[in-house]
Amino acid sequence: MENDELIPAEDFCMYHNIEYSFISSLEDSGLIRVTAVEQHTFIPADELQKLEKFVRLHYDLDINLEGIETINHLLEKIDEMNKQILQLKNKVIS
Amino acid sequence: MDFVDYYKTLGVAKNASQDDIKKAYRKLARKFHPDVNPNDKEAHKKFQQINEAHEVLSEPEKRKKYDQYGENWKHADQYEQARQQQQQAGGGSGGFGGGGFGNFGGSEYTYSGGEEGGFSDFFESLFGGSRGRRSQPKYRGQDFNAELQLSLTEAYTTHKQTLTINGKNVRITIPAGVENGQQIKLKGYGSPGANGGPNGDLLITFVINNNTDFRREGNDLYKTEDIDLYTALLGGEKTIDTLSGKIKLKVNPETQNGTKMRLKGKGFPVYKKEGQFGDLYITWEVKLPTNLTQKQKDLLTELSKLSS
Repeated sequence: MENDELIPAEDFCMYHNIEYSFISSLEDSGLIRVTAVEQHTFIPADELQKLEKFVRLHYDLDINLEGIETINHLLEKIDEMNKQILQLKNKVIS
Repeated sequence: MDFVDYYKTLGVAKNASQDDIKKAYRKLARKFHPDVNPNDKEAHKKFQQINEAHEVLSEPEKRKKYDQYGENWKHADQYEQARQQQQQAGGGSGGFGGGGFGNFGGSEYTYSGGEEGGFSDFFESLFGGSRGRRSQPKYRGQDFNAELQLSLTEAYTTHKQTLTINGKNVRITIPAGVENGQQIKLKGYGSPGANGGPNGDLLITFVINNNTDFRREGNDLYKTEDIDLYTALLGGEKTIDTLSGKIKLKVNPETQNGTKMRLKGKGFPVYKKEGQFGDLYITWEVKLPTNLTQKQKDLLTELSKLSS
C-alpha cells in the first residue's frame, strides 16, 4: 500500500490543466510535499490524492489557499477524532 | 418519472441569471462536495443532484429545452410532431388543449437520485447519453465502501485474500496487526470518474472478531490464567497458550490472586512494523480447591492454627 513512485509535476499540471504556481503555493504552505530532482519537480505518488483534492477545491469550488488550509486542518481534526472514537469503541467492546 | 425542479435544487428563481446560477451552484457545491464531506453518503447524493441541476441550467441550450418542456419533457418530441402535422393539415385548435401538451399517457417514473454517482433518470431521458460536459470539470468517481471480516488469529499474521469487486478478482495483502475498524484504500477500484475524472477508491474496513481468550488493546494482549492454590503458595510452572504457540511460565511462590505478569513481545504484531510486537499481560487467578477430603481439611486446620 505504500508507493515511492514520483510523478513529474509538469505532467500533472498538463493533465489537470492547472498552473504550476498552484502546486508551488501548496508546497510553500506545507500542504503538500514535492521532490526536486535536478531541475525538475516531482510529486510523490502518496501525495497525489491529497493534491488532486486541493485542485478540485481550488478550481471547481473557487476556494483560495487560505480556505484550503482551513479545510485541510479541520478535515485532519475530524479524521483524528474519528480514530479516537474508534479506539474508544474498541476499548469498550474488548 | 417525477419531475425534478432544477431551479429548486439550486435554490434560484426561474429567471435567475447565469451568474446567479453559478453562484448558487458554487455555494451549494462547497457545502456538499465529497471532498469536504468524506464518507457522507447523503452529502454525496445531494452533490450529485446539485451537479445535475447545474449541468442543465448552466448551459443555455439545455436550460431552454428544460424551461420549454419542463414537467412534460418526455412528450416533447410527440408534441413537436403533432404540432407540425396540425400546421401541415391547416388545423388550428384542439388536440392538446388545457395543459399544453399533456395527456399522452405513458407509464409513471420515479426519480432515482443517481445512487451510483450518475445522473437521475430524468436527466438521462431529457438529455440522452451525451451530457455535453465539455466545459465541465472532471469529477472523481465515488468511493466504494466494503467490510472484510477477519478473526483475531487471521489478523495476527500477514496474509493474502482474494476479493471479488464488481466482477473483478483483486488479491490484497493484509498486513499483520490490522485493527478493528481500520480502513485500507484500494486506489481506483471505486466508481468510475465523470467527464474523464479518475475512478474513486475502494475503502475496505476490517471487522475483527475475537475468536480467542485474549483481550486486545492496541498491540497489547491480556489474558487471565488459572493456577491452583498449591502452585500459588509454593510456586511452580504453568504452560500457557499464546497466539504464537505454547510457553512455559514460572509461577513465583506466594503469588497473590490477581497478580499480573508482563511478557514482553508476546502481544500482537505492530501494524506494518515487521518484527515488532506488543506485550502480553497474564493475570493469575488463584482457584481454591473444592471437595476437600477429611485429611486435607485436617491439614488445613493445622496450617490455620500455625498461622494464627
